[in-house]
Amino acid sequence: MVKKTAQRFYIILILLFLYAPIITLVGLSFNQSKSISRWGGFTTKWYTSLFENDAILSALYTTLTIAFFSAFIATIIGTIASIAINSMKRLPRTILLGITNIPMLNADIVTGISLMLLFIGLHYTLSFSSVLIAHITFNIPYVILSVMPKLKQTSRNTYEAALDLGASQLYAFFKVVLPDIFPGILSGFLLAFTMSLDDFVITHFTKGPGIDTLSTKIYTEVRKGIKPEMYALSSLLFVTVLILLILLNRRTNKDKATDFTKK
Amino acid sequence: MNNKRKKYLAFPYVLWMAAFIIIPLFMIIYYGLTNRNRQFTFENLTIIAEPSNLKALWLSLKLSTLSTILCLILAYPLASILTKIKMKNKSILVFIFILPMWMNFLLRTLAWQTLLDKNGVINTVLTFFHLPLINIINTPGAIILGMVYNFLPFMILPIYNTLSKIDSSVVDAARDLGANEFQTFLRITFPLSLPGVISGITMVFVPALTTFVISDILGGSKILLIGNVIEQEFKYANNWHTGSGLSLVLMVFILISMALVSKYDKESEGNIW
Amino acid sequence: MKKFISVVLLIISAFALSGCSKKYDLYVYNWGEYMDPEVIKQFEKETGLTVSYENFETNEDMLPKVANGAGSYDLVCPSDYMIQHMIEEDLLAELDFNNIPNISNIGSQYMESSKAFDPDNKYSVPYCWGTVGILYNKKMVTEPVDSWSILWDKKYKDNVLMQNSVRDAFGITLKYLGYSLNSTDKEELEEAKEKLIEQKEDGIVQAYVVDQVRDKMIGESAALGVIYSGEAIFTQRENPDLEYVVPKEGSNLWIDSWVVPKNAAHKENAEKFINFLCRADIALMNFEYITYSTPNEAAKALIEDENIKNSTVAFPDNATLARCETFQYLGEDADELYNELWKEVKS
Repeated sequence: MVKKTAQRFYIILILLFLYAPIITLVGLSFNQSKSISRWGGFTTKWYTSLFENDAILSALYTTLTIAFFSAFIATIIGTIASIAINSMKRLPRTILLGITNIPMLNADIVTGISLMLLFIGLHYTLSFSSVLIAHITFNIPYVILSVMPKLKQTSRNTYEAALDLGASQLYAFFKVVLPDIFPGILSGFLLAFTMSLDDFVITHFTKGPGIDTLSTKIYTEVRKGIKPEMYALSSLLFVTVLILLILLNRRTNKDKATDFTKK
Repeated sequence: MNNKRKKYLAFPYVLWMAAFIIIPLFMIIYYGLTNRNRQFTFENLTIIAEPSNLKALWLSLKLSTLSTILCLILAYPLASILTKIKMKNKSILVFIFILPMWMNFLLRTLAWQTLLDKNGVINTVLTFFHLPLINIINTPGAIILGMVYNFLPFMILPIYNTLSKIDSSVVDAARDLGANEFQTFLRITFPLSLPGVISGITMVFVPALTTFVISDILGGSKILLIGNVIEQEFKYANNWHTGSGLSLVLMVFILISMALVSKYDKESEGNIW
Repeated sequence: MKKFISVVLLIISAFALSGCSKKYDLYVYNWGEYMDPEVIKQFEKETGLTVSYENFETNEDMLPKVANGAGSYDLVCPSDYMIQHMIEEDLLAELDFNNIPNISNIGSQYMESSKAFDPDNKYSVPYCWGTVGILYNKKMVTEPVDSWSILWDKKYKDNVLMQNSVRDAFGITLKYLGYSLNSTDKEELEEAKEKLIEQKEDGIVQAYVVDQVRDKMIGESAALGVIYSGEAIFTQRENPDLEYVVPKEGSNLWIDSWVVPKNAAHKENAEKFINFLCRADIALMNFEYITYSTPNEAAKALIEDENIKNSTVAFPDNATLARCETFQYLGEDADELYNELWKEVKS
């Protein structure tokens, strides 16, 4: 019992650490003053002005689409690549994994500028798709890093057993391997999505005129002070996701309850 | 037979890598090995030996190693507690730990500044309760805090993933055979979770080593990290050659550190290191 | 699986295409938060042209994006020394002033100052200007502040915010030592470096910051800070204890101006927009939004608030301006020297 309380306490402590700045940001979204270091009184005006701000809303749209598509494509390419790499011999495997890590090893600014040089060299106009390609590129390593450990743990025996029992390779993969590594794929996708949401430097160098994401907007606003609408938007996003999570959790709990009665 | 076929699945990825990783890498190498007059030179690499650069590199290695260790110490127990919690939809639970990262990185770091500042939120609360004030803003301590904060989820996720995969019967068997809890952990659980630990270390150590935003905002720019040096070469000196050269040196350092880490990764026998 | 992937790819490419098919009549590239959004809306309404408005963070961030010409911007707003650099690199187009009749609203002294970086006034139209000075908190600093020397006073240990940019930090130190802030003399720069190191070693510098000077000063985390005059008005509004001075040794006078890159696809629309921005009512609207000093004399005459109109912060007198100098582009070698010395200061 003591152990359990200690564990609960530990989780709460870490959550507090992780959420302290978030709570601060939510607080700032209700701050009348535009400065982050002075409390000017309570207001909800930033929320109203947020919905009148087309620039921020279209940046939000661009950010979410880039994040979703880059994470999705990176997850597919990365998962397939992990399976292939996992079945390789030592040397090619080491080489491939080494190259995979390069986008992570470089400082963002180096990756960003080198990709920009590549696009310019190919006479490819910087646009939405160049940002997408760049994001997919730096997302793949995160997917592979999440999927590989899972694959290493998966025993080959079950997969081979399925084959012996007459399953086709594809069927065995979807029914045996995929469920096993799925948590890894999911966390890879989530990481990729998160990285894409957060990136500024690489987006800055690979974007063309007419494209703005939330992070490019936020970074350029720093000089004159970040618009409180940004805090409002972040808070809204955060609360939306949180509510979704709680609803999802409710539903699964209900399922669990019905499972129980069936038994 | 089967394995041979599987290998070809890597084909699309290899193509992608060639186009968007290898070619840009060669561009960096080209810039790193030439000077402004397009002449071949090693100067951009040897510049790392300058005292100010060496100091920055040393500090970066120190701070990022410390933050990686701290992340590991914080994340491992958390991940193992999470695996023991009984809940049907565990991915939701894990998601709670990534969710903070959906707030923009810069906004989060600025929020820490608001919290830690001399007259910041934390100190205001502490004054209210007549407690001693904390004064870590603009010190290496604040940078470490920023690094741990920003990269902790990258450590939690992979460790949780591998831990949740460990077959509980193996652990039970060890206990049945007389191993105590500590022995079981040391001999069974920890070795089995190593791949996750190593993924985590990579995902924390590397971004921590190259960061410049955290040291700028929380360190008050008084502490120059190697990431700041590279950033400055590219942005303020507009010198892509020196910047590329220094990044190449940094890459070598990262590769060496990763090789050292992988040495302990007995699980992944496929690794050459 | 194959089918699945090909479908996905198809969706993505369709998506990407729709994403970039949106075309605008004018691409503006400006500093963040450096224009009232209403101004753009009004321009779109009056002319029927669509405007894509984007931001950059620093001059140095902007340069490679404009110079490499992968996708072109029509109108950019760099600072003085960067304009000189861009002229030298042959990146800018000459403006057709027949399309910009409202240029007459711009005070002649600003056109004169612009000659430091645009010798014939051919490429640029001033947008905002200001000085660099000391912002201090009257509650924490009781003595009169009139010299840069106070930034080296050990009394204010851990209480001074310095600018985290090479040219600004060296500029004020060179001025303090009585040199030009465009100095390329190695000995003068070494001396400035020693001064900056002394300031840091003595623990006077609390932090090197760029944008956070504003917030840290409002929150009273520091007593003194080096800041741009445009921010001073905003900070005083938030915290009335703050005061701004341009030290007697002189300082930096900076000008941000509109220029049109050579590869601009919509040069005429860009000039139309410059002309629009020079209109008195629009310039006033902008001034009230961004609080940076306007070179637009006609707009200045329209300012209703007497305090701001006569504010020496927003519009310093000629004696102060005579002590100030504009940054010039010093060439790659000097840039490297500055950068090297700055690194020695920081490490």
